[in-house]
Amino acid sequence: MEPLYYPDGLIRRILRDTDTIAMVGASTNWNRPSYFAMKYLQEKGYRVIPVNPRAAGEELLGETVVASLSEIDGPVDMVDIFQRSDRVPPVVDEAIAIGARCVWMQLTVRHDEAAKKAEAAGLTVIMDRCPKIEFGRLSGELGWSGINTGIITSRRNRRIRA
Amino acid sequence: MTDGHKPAPFASPYGIETLAIHAGASPDPTTGARNVPIYQTNAYVFDDVDHAASLFNLQTFGYIYSRLTNPTVSALEEKVATLEGGRGAVAAATGHAAQLLAMYTLMEPGANFVASRNLYGGSLTQFAHTFKKFGWHVRFVDPADPENFRAAIDGDTKAVFLELLANPGGIVVDLEPVAAIAHEAGVPLIVDNTMATPYLCRPFEWGADIVIHSMTKFLGGHGAAMGGVVVESGAFDWAQNDRFPGMTTPDPAYHGLTFYETFGDFGFSTKAKAVALRDLGPTLAPMNAFLITTGIESLPVRMDRHVQNAQAVAEYLAAHPAVAWVSYAGLKSSPHHKLARRYLPKGPGSVFTFGVKGGYAAGTRLVEGVELFSHLANIGDTRSLIIHPASTTHRQLSDDERLAAGAGPDVIRLSIGLETIDDIIADLDQALSHAMAKAAE
Repeated sequence: MEPLYYPDGLIRRILRDTDTIAMVGASTNWNRPSYFAMKYLQEKGYRVIPVNPRAAGEELLGETVVASLSEIDGPVDMVDIFQRSDRVPPVVDEAIAIGARCVWMQLTVRHDEAAKKAEAAGLTVIMDRCPKIEFGRLSGELGWSGINTGIITSRRNRRIRA
Repeated sequence: MTDGHKPAPFASPYGIETLAIHAGASPDPTTGARNVPIYQTNAYVFDDVDHAASLFNLQTFGYIYSRLTNPTVSALEEKVATLEGGRGAVAAATGHAAQLLAMYTLMEPGANFVASRNLYGGSLTQFAHTFKKFGWHVRFVDPADPENFRAAIDGDTKAVFLELLANPGGIVVDLEPVAAIAHEAGVPLIVDNTMATPYLCRPFEWGADIVIHSMTKFLGGHGAAMGGVVVESGAFDWAQNDRFPGMTTPDPAYHGLTFYETFGDFGFSTKAKAVALRDLGPTLAPMNAFLITTGIESLPVRMDRHVQNAQAVAEYLAAHPAVAWVSYAGLKSSPHHKLARRYLPKGPGSVFTFGVKGGYAAGTRLVEGVELFSHLANIGDTRSLIIHPASTTHRQLSDDERLAAGAGPDVIRLSIGLETIDDIIADLDQALSHAMAKAAE
């Protein structure tokens, strides 16, 4: 597979222009990666709607879990996919159907064909990345853990959202 | 053999001189302070109970307690991770502590690792004797033939460890085939890059998976502060086999968190920090992190002069009648010259050994006859340093271990500093004359 490359400017723009995130595969278990990401993104001011048919109706971090993307009322900017790569295509179809602007596949999740389909429908697609890590990286917070952010700047303000 | 020399996984498009100054060190977000401030604090206030819980659960980035993380220390960690082209780093109080953090994260009782026998004497002792009390077993091999590493790896092996440019000096290990052998077995290659620094060689470009430094040496560079660091490349797949349950299964030391799944390509350094550093506690002090960060800013300029001076001293010694041999890979006569040209094209460091005619007695007379050189147990200082390893750094080893490590009775180790080259050579010249005159008495 070709290596994936996304310019920092693109990631920064997506994170800036997103308000509502539908998280497909959100877990109610506190030590699962999706729970980490949901909690962090909420702290950064995003509304995160958990999508998980096995936990539908349950309360998760102040939101009610829905069974599918089509059950969400109101606009969804980003569909964040915590699912195995082979389960991506039907999620992408639903994301297109509900008019999401971005499909974001988590670390290790990648489906090039589904990505092409989403892009053809006008959506922006990010694969094999985590929005929490990218937010932390571009805002400098990831460096607090000694991680290489790749950011070299003599400017002070690295705020992503107003 | 394939040419595995390729950009490190997280190589920056910026030049190394720029990175040495700017990486990890953008202006302080709160005050705008241009230099990295010394955050001399033990702890950090929480916004509320929920924020505290998120931090303790590692669900958000932030500071809790300086045993784990500190802004001055993390700026240094990011700088070194970036210079090496790696994903993340965890700093420690010393290089030895860094080795402990790396191994604690990899090993289980009863497991082993395979290490080059050409290592700093303190590492040989730490690995062979002190680590044994954790139930970790080391298998030393002669690194001259990479196949020796393969022969020593078995089902309980968790890592391969070597010094690319080996202390006490002159030996260069052929990194690329050893990386291939480690990867065939599904274990990471750990390289101690203290003697070369990322300015002279970035081991990740040759297939290494973890890099360790004693930052006490050339990175800090001024003999002023102790520090160590573990850097992970971000490219090693911890889930490719079942050798690393600590990375790939729920960790009871962290409420059932699975580090590789949760933190991905920086899972190793996160675990080294969240578990090993938390529970063993060899934290780098913020003041030392500041001194080392300041030292690194001039690393490229210093290393150029270090290797230039070392080359001149090695050539001088090679022509001296009182000198039996010189082991510096920068000399064309060195059996390691070819490997040095490949892995260390800017020069093979400034620490090397030579033998004085007259053995142990002449060696001790020489180290006692210097005026400008400092007779002490350290390397990588602005000052030129000299030591007789057999009576000091490698003293705890047996005769056979000393010989195998390149620290026989006649061996003198030099760490060539940044003084005027004529003064460095003049001091050695008078000390050698002194040692010879005594021998003639």
